Amino acid sequence: MNSAIPTTADFYRVLPELIWCGFGLLAMLLQPFVRNRYFFTGLAFVGALAGTAGACFAFRSPGAGFYGLIQSDAFSFFFHLLVGTVAVLVVLAAGPYLDRERLPFAEFYALLLFATTGMGVLASAQELLTAFIGLEMSSISSYILAGYRRDSLKASESAMKYFLLGSFATAFFLYGIALVYGATGTTMLDKMVSADASSTLLKLGLSLILIGLGFKVAAAPFQVWTPDVYEGAPTPVTALFSAGPKAAAFALLLRVFATVPAATHFWFWAFWVLAALTMFTGNLGALVQTNIKRLLAYSSIAHAGYILVAFAAVTSMAKGGPAEAAAAYAAVLFYLLGYALVKLGAFTIVSQLGGTGEKNLSLDDYAGLSQRQPVVAAMLSIYLLSLLGLPVTAGFFGKFYIFKAAVNSHLLWLAVLMAVNSVIGSYYYLRVIVVMYMREPSAETASAAPVGFPLTVNVVLAVTAIGTILFGVMPNPVINFILQPTLFGH
Amino acid sequence: MLHGGHLLSVLIFFPAVGAVALMMLRGDDHKYIRTIALIVSAAEFLFSLLMLRAVHVGDAGYRLEEFAHWINQPPINYHLGVDGISLFLVILTTFLTPISVLASWKSIEHRVKEFFVMLLMLEVGVVGVFLSLDLFLFFLFWEVMLIPMALLIGIWGHERRVYAAVKFILYTMAGSIFMLVGIIWLYNATNTFDLPTIQNMLATGLLALPPRTEMLLFLAFFVAFAIKVPLFPLHTWLPDAHVEAPTAGSVMLAGVLLKMGTYGMIRFCLPLFPGASHRATRWVALLAIIGIIYGALVAMVQPNLKKLVAYSSVSHLGFVVLGIFAFHNISMQGAVYQMLAHGVSTGALFLLVGMLYDRRHTFEISEYGGLATPMPKLAAFFLFVALSSLGLPMLNGFVGEYLILLGTYQRHWQWASWAALGVILSACYLLWSYQRVFFGEITKEKNRTLPDVSARERWILVTMAVVTLWMGIGSAFITRRTAADAQAVIDQVEPQRPYEAVAPLRPAQQSTGIAPRIANATTLERPGTR
Repeated sequence: MNSAIPTTADFYRVLPELIWCGFGLLAMLLQPFVRNRYFFTGLAFVGALAGTAGACFAFRSPGAGFYGLIQSDAFSFFFHLLVGTVAVLVVLAAGPYLDRERLPFAEFYALLLFATTGMGVLASAQELLTAFIGLEMSSISSYILAGYRRDSLKASESAMKYFLLGSFATAFFLYGIALVYGATGTTMLDKMVSADASSTLLKLGLSLILIGLGFKVAAAPFQVWTPDVYEGAPTPVTALFSAGPKAAAFALLLRVFATVPAATHFWFWAFWVLAALTMFTGNLGALVQTNIKRLLAYSSIAHAGYILVAFAAVTSMAKGGPAEAAAAYAAVLFYLLGYALVKLGAFTIVSQLGGTGEKNLSLDDYAGLSQRQPVVAAMLSIYLLSLLGLPVTAGFFGKFYIFKAAVNSHLLWLAVLMAVNSVIGSYYYLRVIVVMYMREPSAETASAAPVGFPLTVNVVLAVTAIGTILFGVMPNPVINFILQPTLFGH
Repeated sequence: MLHGGHLLSVLIFFPAVGAVALMMLRGDDHKYIRTIALIVSAAEFLFSLLMLRAVHVGDAGYRLEEFAHWINQPPINYHLGVDGISLFLVILTTFLTPISVLASWKSIEHRVKEFFVMLLMLEVGVVGVFLSLDLFLFFLFWEVMLIPMALLIGIWGHERRVYAAVKFILYTMAGSIFMLVGIIWLYNATNTFDLPTIQNMLATGLLALPPRTEMLLFLAFFVAFAIKVPLFPLHTWLPDAHVEAPTAGSVMLAGVLLKMGTYGMIRFCLPLFPGASHRATRWVALLAIIGIIYGALVAMVQPNLKKLVAYSSVSHLGFVVLGIFAFHNISMQGAVYQMLAHGVSTGALFLLVGMLYDRRHTFEISEYGGLATPMPKLAAFFLFVALSSLGLPMLNGFVGEYLILLGTYQRHWQWASWAALGVILSACYLLWSYQRVFFGEITKEKNRTLPDVSARERWILVTMAVVTLWMGIGSAFITRRTAADAQAVIDQVEPQRPYEAVAPLRPAQQSTGIAPRIANATTLERPGTR
């Protein structure tokens, strides 16, 4: 088998990555020749969109590709669509931002597309070293993107922190792969199905992988970088971080723990503790924030905690039967979808309202927003209410499905902790709404002219807000798609 | 499943259509906006009266059901229905909304359009809560209603409005998130969110919850409802919310939002968890009695007129909870009746207090005194409403309290005797405060020239007074229609002890094909006429 030449189908299976990567390279090559900066926005938009469309071709030739390194299935299709959509929206949201901050266009979009390629690889990797390549590809692009505002001290700090801690985490991940290989003799995930779950070496290896990915998804106690990096990075990049890499890292985590025999007490308690710790760290941290970017950063930690609750459910109820495990996987997928849309929308608004040099990020700058810019305030309220988990938003159904998965597998205490956290969380989301609707602005803020919202940004807001409401009213199509038993192609 | 058209959907979503229409309007033509809000809410009231034709006297069970699949996985349905208990609560809601619109005619000057949009959205949520027969749908409306209410308090309220709004929303959310866990847990046991189906399963023995599980589930629901009622000691959000809310907000809050809690107890806690309800009943009754007496005592010493009315709500709602948990047909009907009566008379009290506030911009009782001289008409209305609230026979408050005490007495005479203290105390605080506000010498110069009720205010107050009087003397119109469904609830919680006077023999409750039951439920005495 190893000597065989890759077939056309194999290339179809990596079509989205090929397109994204190709357009990224194209942007870099054309950079010296094309003066018009908006050309690159258009190029990246077409590239991101074409790659996302390519995911449909990949889905039409399901199965393992390139000798089992990657797997094209419903699961990878879902995540390709997700990270592809995120990329498209970030491209649109970033244009006005780059223009305002006078930052170069071409490199930004190239890096964005490379990062997306990495996320795509992560979503379909069936082999750990391939996954590592995907992780590195998305991470290294992310490090640079975090420090893209070179003149800003905060951005440099952000990039440095992200790079140092991130490479540390990557090392953990790589070492974990080595140990897993030592325990099972393979790096192919599908060959680990029959591995001995009680082997200490395997547990150790998987633990290190979990730490590496835990860093990427900002799970406590590996979350310390999140607020600083989220705050320092250019806001469209923050939007990307909170939606894309997080989803991709969760995708890999899900594929690993859905494949290897993980339904043991060890993993169950690991995820239990991780989930509880992450939820509390995120929510308690967010309570005292006055900077909106930091607040949303802590909220993204909290949401990682909610998602980890579903992981605890997965590892505890693999006993309960594949149908119930499938429900827990679906909960994670749905949650990530709703979460990505909401965070993208919220950060886009934050980016636009921030003004030149991202000055207006304090909660006080949002006082009385509902009177100055009622539509923007209403949009931001929709996102915040979805994060809070109020019905008729996608966030509510995400939370609902996770609650359901937790209760299904008798994780009542974890469900109660999650409920307590939801209440804590509602306080700080509401605080933003309260500030926007009920507080009078300072004289300076009130006299400022309303911030303009260019067309591309409006498109992003419309797509995310409509998506949030649509999936909150009619989750049927999505949930039917992700609830299939052959989600992972086997 | 579908019979009776889509009246209930129309009832839920008509105000939403009105709200969207308002949103389209320009914000500066206030008169136009107010008129449209009034027309929409008045039309909604007329629509809601159409339900009266569907609910037959003596027949228990849901009417005008609507059923549609909404979400496949898990199976969540759009299932609506109305019965004798929810019927009048919906009518109360649709009645109080136009009244609130009228009451806000002059007092809301700032962000007028948003105010009426929120008021109509609030109506959507509340009507939805009362009409949902799917646990999930119920929860959805329950949560959705929070936002307009919180904004009403937080934007158009008084000085500490933001604090009150956040407190209100956090209290409710803390309760409801546990209710969500409870709903999901119940779903795990039954594989459905459909209330009639679960009731059927319970009746046929398909579903038998272990006592401990049943108790936890009961608590998950009960705490959410108890916060809303509010039952002592979870009542602390209420005085803040009431004092800070604008008049219309207070009217809706006291008039219908508190009833969502007691309605939830009748509709969910009792029928779904009969065993746990039985075991919890003495504790619930204890809290209710503490609430009755405590609320009344605190009301007595309140220097703030609006807070006084708010604490009187704690006391009156204690009666309702007591009536529900006495598990007696008469007390159950009394509880339903008291919910309606309290909605009307406390709503009227808040309207009157709001009118005083419009004139003097204070709620402090010490600022008033001798108001009967400059404003005799308002004083007369106030006396009328205060008397109805303290339970004067012939007025609405009497019927509810009397029925509750009568029914409770037949089960536990001790409870009734303690609760009766509340009746006396309510006379004390209402009359005493009335005396301090309206009688005596005019101590403040400003009060000497206060204008009496305007034509608009007179129409509001006359309407409220007529309804108060009608409910007092024509109470049978309502009790005849609630009797059968109250009995149905009692039968589910106490199948072994059918109501003595009526002795109905009836199968378990079903959502469809309801045979005529309790044919002679109308033989109930008419206490209002005694």
